[in-house]
Amino acid sequence: MTWIGKIARVGRIVETAEAAPASTITPPTGVSGSLQLRHVDCGSCNGCELEISGAFSSVYDAERFGARVVASPRHADGLITTGVVTRNMRQPLLNTLKSVPEPRVVIAVGDCAINGGAFTSGYGVIGPVTDVIPVDVQVPGCPPTPAQIIAALRTVTGR
Amino acid sequence: MNTAQTAPYDSPSVPAPDQGLRSPRRAQAQAFVSGGLTAAIGAVGLVLGLSAIFAQPRQLVISWLLPLVGVRFEFGPLGGFFVAATGAVSIAVGIYAIGYAQREHWARFPLFILPLFVAAMLLVPAAGSVTSFLLAWELMAAASLALVLSEHHRAAVRSAGAFYAVMTQLGFAAILLALVVLSAAGGGDSFATIAAHAGGISSGTRTAVFLLTVMGFGSKAGLLPLHAWLPRAHPEAPSPVSALMSAAMVNMGIYGIIRIDLQILGPGPHWWGLTLMIFGAVSAVFGVLQASVATDLKRLLAYSTTENMGLVTLALGTASMLSSYGAPQVAAMAMTAALLLILSHASFKTLAFLAAGSVLAATGLRDLDKLGGLARRMPATTTMFGIAALGASGLPLGAGFVGEWLLLQSLIHSPHANNTLLALAMPLSVGAVALTTGLGIAAMVKAFGVGFLARPRSAAAEAAREAPASMLTGMGLAAVACTVFAVAPILVGPALKHVLTALPTVGGQAAGPALGAYLRLPGIAGSMSPGLIALSLLVAVLLVLALARWGARHRPAAVSAPVWACGADSINAKMQYTATSFAEPLQRVFDNILQPETDVEVTHFAESQYLVEKVTFRTQMADPVEQRLYTPVVRAVTTWSQWVRRAHPGSVHLYLAYGAIGLLIVLVVVR
Amino acid sequence: MSESSALAYLATAMQVLAVLGAAPFVVGGMRQIRARLEGRAGGGIGQPWRDLRKQLRKQQITPNGTTIVFALAPAIVAGTTLLIAAISPLIALGSPLDPTADLFGVVGLLFLGTVALTLAGLDTGTAFGGMGSSREITIAAMVEPTILLAVFALSIPGHSANLAAIVSSSADNPGRLVSPGSLLAFVALTIVVTAETGRLPVDNPSTHLELTMIHEAMVLEYTGPRLALVEWASGMRLTVLLGLIANLFLPWGIAAADPSVLGVLIGLVAIAIKVAILAGVLATVEVFLAKLRYFRIPELLAGSFLLALLAVTASYFFATP
Repeated sequence: MTWIGKIARVGRIVETAEAAPASTITPPTGVSGSLQLRHVDCGSCNGCELEISGAFSSVYDAERFGARVVASPRHADGLITTGVVTRNMRQPLLNTLKSVPEPRVVIAVGDCAINGGAFTSGYGVIGPVTDVIPVDVQVPGCPPTPAQIIAALRTVTGR
Repeated sequence: MNTAQTAPYDSPSVPAPDQGLRSPRRAQAQAFVSGGLTAAIGAVGLVLGLSAIFAQPRQLVISWLLPLVGVRFEFGPLGGFFVAATGAVSIAVGIYAIGYAQREHWARFPLFILPLFVAAMLLVPAAGSVTSFLLAWELMAAASLALVLSEHHRAAVRSAGAFYAVMTQLGFAAILLALVVLSAAGGGDSFATIAAHAGGISSGTRTAVFLLTVMGFGSKAGLLPLHAWLPRAHPEAPSPVSALMSAAMVNMGIYGIIRIDLQILGPGPHWWGLTLMIFGAVSAVFGVLQASVATDLKRLLAYSTTENMGLVTLALGTASMLSSYGAPQVAAMAMTAALLLILSHASFKTLAFLAAGSVLAATGLRDLDKLGGLARRMPATTTMFGIAALGASGLPLGAGFVGEWLLLQSLIHSPHANNTLLALAMPLSVGAVALTTGLGIAAMVKAFGVGFLARPRSAAAEAAREAPASMLTGMGLAAVACTVFAVAPILVGPALKHVLTALPTVGGQAAGPALGAYLRLPGIAGSMSPGLIALSLLVAVLLVLALARWGARHRPAAVSAPVWACGADSINAKMQYTATSFAEPLQRVFDNILQPETDVEVTHFAESQYLVEKVTFRTQMADPVEQRLYTPVVRAVTTWSQWVRRAHPGSVHLYLAYGAIGLLIVLVVVR
Repeated sequence: MSESSALAYLATAMQVLAVLGAAPFVVGGMRQIRARLEGRAGGGIGQPWRDLRKQLRKQQITPNGTTIVFALAPAIVAGTTLLIAAISPLIALGSPLDPTADLFGVVGLLFLGTVALTLAGLDTGTAFGGMGSSREITIAAMVEPTILLAVFALSIPGHSANLAAIVSSSADNPGRLVSPGSLLAFVALTIVVTAETGRLPVDNPSTHLELTMIHEAMVLEYTGPRLALVEWASGMRLTVLLGLIANLFLPWGIAAADPSVLGVLIGLVAIAIKVAILAGVLATVEVFLAKLRYFRIPELLAGSFLLALLAVTASYFFATP
């Protein structure tokens, strides 16, 4: 029961939301405020993953803008990809994208996904995500902060 | 004791050695005659049974057929009920057997015996005297044994046949003893005479007869602990025979219990009903537990028969208990539930075994772990098995729902004021019925989902093709019966009412539940309408489908795509859940009762102990009752008989001396 | 069929529409309460509705090799849930469908929906689908004894398992509601609802880890409108079961068998308040619970079975005439 006291004392820990950024694309189905994403790590160092998990944590709470991470690409509106595409992950990335029902978006998070970042010349690397699948939203940074990630998500959800 | 079950890779349809030089046309004609005759005999039985239910009871004596006593038939409602049920099952099985026998190339002997078996089964409930009953019973047992041994070129069939023969005869010995004692105490051979004098039979005799009949008839019905022949014999018999045995022959055991213990011996003390309830509940739970972990399709269905007969016995026990405690209305409810459960079980078990036979004929497989993907290749059989599985699971819209509902209602409405026994027995019975239903759902979902849906797990399953028209017709008839019990049990309402009047000792004189468009329970606020539920569910599903069209204009066109394989290019059929893995959580929960034997063998590479070349995993689920109960008994009997052998050294002088001493003893005693 | 006035039909129709409309809000409300207790802002109680509308506009993908079982299962789950909503006395007592089914029938319909989804999980032919189905059916098999014994316990005071009879008898004798039998039955039924609707501690509805999934694992292959139906149906099941528990144990406010317009409105408001309170309490308790390891769930269900058995025996021995 000390938990109840702790909950009461700590209260709200989420940061206040900023003003909504301008939408760059319309929400995939026209319904704003609902975006489910399937995360694909194509070959990242996990730095962007930590920032994404920070974005969905209690402090930044991306869920209040309608974004959610789901387990199955069939349930998703799109992919949120991190990392540079390695040889072994190229086909799985394509298979995952094919499994997402239309209409769908692709969000590339981090410099590696956009232009190869620090790993462009690796021998196991094919290229950035933008070379393999069409990307709708890019979030530059190495790694991007949770606030930047959320701002990018909000341009898609429209909320 | 041979405890080996069917080895998992033993294909049941090993081709038989050459049957003799019959031309294919001849064989087809013989199959047609055999199946047609079976169906015709079944039709005659159905008509006779129905007429016996609704007309006045009649007797028929053929005094010259048997010396001294003659053969006596009695056409009353109770016997007519079982004759009609058997007849109906035989019609479906007979038509099915035409196509099945042609496909499986049956020899002449099984074709010849099949109509005889049905005729013998029809004679048992019609028998009106002890001798006629025993005669018909043995005819039925012998014919069924001959049919079980149809494929005697396979070792598993021979061992199953031997097991079945011994247990049937043991059961018959118990029944023989019981009926002989009853006939002696009742002062006559015919059931009518015995029933008239039943009041005068001493309670010790009644107890002895009751216990012996429960043992003997219970063994035939597949109740614990004498059930072990069921899961051995039913899978090895050809599928039409399995259907007849499971859906019609086990009913004869129930008929025996009802006839002798509930009708002739009249109202029994409280512990009779309690005994039946205990046997029924234990059989039901154990049977369905074994079914839920069985991977052989026919073994699963055989254990499901034990489960259903357990439920019927539970209902009989409830009726007997309640009427002995002075609640005839609720007892009538329980008795109606028992009769309805018998009928619905006959319909869905027939359908299930016939569908399993169709699968066996098409793929040569009984093993659920190797089946799958049959929905695309055998759509009609899949639909039929689906209907049967729905019926077996006791869900609404299934054939078994109304019977179970009535049973539950009778259990919860039992009078419990100041009665500790009922106050404990009824909730535990409800718990047992509920556990049975839950596990039954699991077993049927496994059989249908793993066996028929998704993708084929073996080449044989992939090569399956649909059954021929005669087999589909037979299955279709059984499916129609299942549907009738599922949505319109009103059709059997009048017949059940007549049968109840023939059972005054279990609430027959009270008003039973009214089986109209609504099932109404007299004197209680309780009603049910399976037909209306079906209709409303259809409306609800259509409403939901209409709702799902909302937003359709914005939707891109629907497509078909490969299954999501977690990023891999594809999955193969071996990645699907098998029946063993599906039932593994249940097996873990009930580990203490099931006691599976697991064997893991790891083979390393010759070069290095750290590299594993092969892992072999074997799990075997033998019947624990067989292992715990039968093996010690058989061992004791063997030891005892070895000891007795010492008295038989082979000397003729010694044997003559034995004869002389025996004669002396007889002279002394008889003087 | 007993004569039901036009208002009784109206009340039944309102029950169905209310369950249809309120289910996403109940789920959203529970998620919102959880979010606030965790210190987050949450998506708002309208988030499940937005998700549903969005899913209805997405493409429908049918995996290769599946059959009509996969295609129809979402409709069957939703249909059985709507039928339960129509039969149960949620707003008014005299539902025209009430004589067609009693509490046993409602339990049977619930399991029919579970079986449909389980078969769909097996039909996909994936390892996760089979895993979810296997776990779900094991839990369903072990929950059934508790449910039926709880139904038994509830039927003892009113001498009937008919839903309207139970609710009206407890409305007439409120003293029975605090009897030991009734309280034990309440606890047992709460555990049952938790297990059947896939809430903590039996199943975590918001998990992404497939190996911890039970209900979610069966529906991994559904997209678009079928996924919307599945999510909707699971929300509706929760709403209907909470409503049923509310009216079985807190029957005040429910309209009579022959209601007036005012009675129907009061009934609607009463059930809405009761379901909201129950959902809120459930969500708050969930915050303090962790998901049980799967092989500990039989222990939980065995415990609830014992409670239900005690409920029945307590009702027998403490029965007030």
